[in-house]
Amino acid sequence: MFLKENILLAIAGLKSNKIRALLTMLGIIIGIGSVIAIVTIGNALTSSVSDTFSSMGANNILVNVTEREADPYRGSSGKMDDEDLISMEQLERFQARYADEIGAIAISIGSGSGKVKDGRRYANINIEGVNEGSKDINNIKMQKGRFLNAKDVSASRKAAVVSDKLVHNIFKDKTDPLGKEINIYKDDGVDSYTIVGVYKYEQNAFQGGGQTTSDQDLSTTMYIPVTVAQQTAENQNFQYFMVKSKPSVDTAVFAGTVQKYFDGLYANNEKYTCQIQNMESYLAEATSTLNTISVAVAAIAAIALLVGGIGVMNIMLVSVTERTREIGTRKALGARSIYIKMQFIVESIIICVIGGIIGVLFGIGLAAVGVNLLHATLKISIPIIIISVGFSMCIGVFFGYYPASKAAKLDPIEALRYE
Amino acid sequence: MSGKVIIDMQHINKNFYIGTPNELHIIKDMSLTVTEGAFVSIVGASGSGKSTLMNMVGVLDRPTSGDYILDGIPIAKMSDNDMSDVRNRKIGFVFQTYNLIPRSSALKNVELPMLYAGMDRKTRTKRAKELLDMVGMKDRMHHQPNELSGGQKQRVAIARALANDPAMILADEPTGALDSATGRMVMDLLHKVHKEGGKTIVLITHNRDLAAETERIVTIKDGMIVSDVSNKPQSEEKVEASCS
Ligand SMILES: Nc1ncnc2c1ncn2[C@@H]1O[C@H](COP(=O)(O)OP(=O)(O)OP(=O)(O)O)[C@@H](O)[C@H]1O
Ligand SMILES: [Mg+2]
Repeated sequence: MFLKENILLAIAGLKSNKIRALLTMLGIIIGIGSVIAIVTIGNALTSSVSDTFSSMGANNILVNVTEREADPYRGSSGKMDDEDLISMEQLERFQARYADEIGAIAISIGSGSGKVKDGRRYANINIEGVNEGSKDINNIKMQKGRFLNAKDVSASRKAAVVSDKLVHNIFKDKTDPLGKEINIYKDDGVDSYTIVGVYKYEQNAFQGGGQTTSDQDLSTTMYIPVTVAQQTAENQNFQYFMVKSKPSVDTAVFAGTVQKYFDGLYANNEKYTCQIQNMESYLAEATSTLNTISVAVAAIAAIALLVGGIGVMNIMLVSVTERTREIGTRKALGARSIYIKMQFIVESIIICVIGGIIGVLFGIGLAAVGVNLLHATLKISIPIIIISVGFSMCIGVFFGYYPASKAAKLDPIEALRYE
Repeated sequence: MSGKVIIDMQHINKNFYIGTPNELHIIKDMSLTVTEGAFVSIVGASGSGKSTLMNMVGVLDRPTSGDYILDGIPIAKMSDNDMSDVRNRKIGFVFQTYNLIPRSSALKNVELPMLYAGMDRKTRTKRAKELLDMVGMKDRMHHQPNELSGGQKQRVAIARALANDPAMILADEPTGALDSATGRMVMDLLHKVHKEGGKTIVLITHNRDLAAETERIVTIKDGMIVSDVSNKPQSEEKVEASCS
């Protein structure tokens, strides 16, 4: 009913009182904005979390030595001794026992951080001792040369696999880094390694820690044979390792088998036990955490929308009172009650929809900032935007209905006499 | 008294209830007929019931009792929607306070009754422009009410009252808020609408001089018609014009 006229009229009305219009829309803007922001950030995070986990591989199992229930009398534990940790021999026995199920095992020992220096050039590194299985399990993508192999490990060769970033910083992309010797400066001295391969550095949501460092100061991982790392490590044994099951094996079932095996090994250890986790369970956990956050934010948004809707209703009631004479005049000129009702409902819808659109833009802006901080990629979901604007429209109808009915029911004579 | 009867009111009463014991009897057994093309003025002291009568004549209100037939249509038992439609097509209101729709241009104001009548955009814009031209407001048609003087607003209001070519124009103190010169201009415009357009006009006024310009003067006192006289020379002319 006179839709176009009513829309133009509503917009002219809003334009004539911009501050009031904006204040009226505020609740809707905040409500819709926060929904859009959280959904967009949530989507970005979920997809980046699942990207990260799936790049790690869904058939990976993490075996981790952890403290049993913290003992309140003895307080927190001291350091782990080698006998509490998993030895190379135990690992070999485990691997032999489940040779049919195990595709690869990745072990690692952290070997601190340091700096590679060449004249005035430098690059920051974290040193990690690994074995040949780490390449697949940690999804390391080689760019040049090869990854560390079994021989490097068994012979404790001073071989290193470095990142493309390091190569860029040290060799400025001019010289072929393969076969070059690099000097590592650590707190306790200098050591030199031969580069056997270069991998492609990838940042994910869990590394980087949200800090944006320049490429020059970025710290990347340098992989060396685990046996070399053991020479300087405090513990020779491993606190954790990763197992990749063969493609034909059901990872969840195998994770149970592994749990039993290590429960057996640690049965007599009072202080420590082994915890088995696979990536699927991680992923489920991360997703459910995100969902919880989403539900909380949705609740807040719902309250904001409710308050916003009541605000719209309030201002519409004010508007009806202010325009009582106008309503009387319209009725005298032959407007049926339903025309008056439509006019005010359309006005309420316009307020809410404009509020909703501003809210969508505001929410996307907020999400862009959030997503940027989390190093994820912004993905704008068109259905969510359509739903949001549609929902704003419903709020307009719902909260505009009562004031509009009130306007429609006005007695023309009394309305004309109103001052 | 030849010609079609536009207003036919018989034994109209109007009561107002303000709390149970108090019942105000404002219009008392009033009968009034007005023929097509007449220019009638209704005069009377303040509070005598002129506006109350006008609300019923204008189908804004129903009488408490009595019959009212407007241009052949019985009004008494009409639904609100039907009353709206009758107002829209049969009556053009001119108010003392102009009552133009704020934030709508003069053109939009004149178009409004035609919009409610369901007329298409082209036709109503064309007609609204013609009417504004007739009242001498064409050059101001895109101005909003707050950009117009009182006399200009009232001219737009008269154009709006004519929009759906109604059976009659009801003007309640149309010059009441204007100075005498501007009031004169508005009055001349009503005469023009009457003579050239052949419209039936009912004018409510306090001003005896203005009433004297009309063909017939109805005087109301305490809700009753106490005198109903014709202003012969003008009315003779008029009746002839309306018959042709
Ligand atoms: N809705 C109402 N409720 C109660 N009394 C009313 C109502 N409307 C009008 N009246 C009373 O009816 C009487 C006539 O009112 P009306 O407005 O018709 O007078 P009027 O002749 O138009 O006066 P004026 O020249 O001052 O406009 C007044 O006494 C008024 O108080
Ligand atoms: Mg009056």
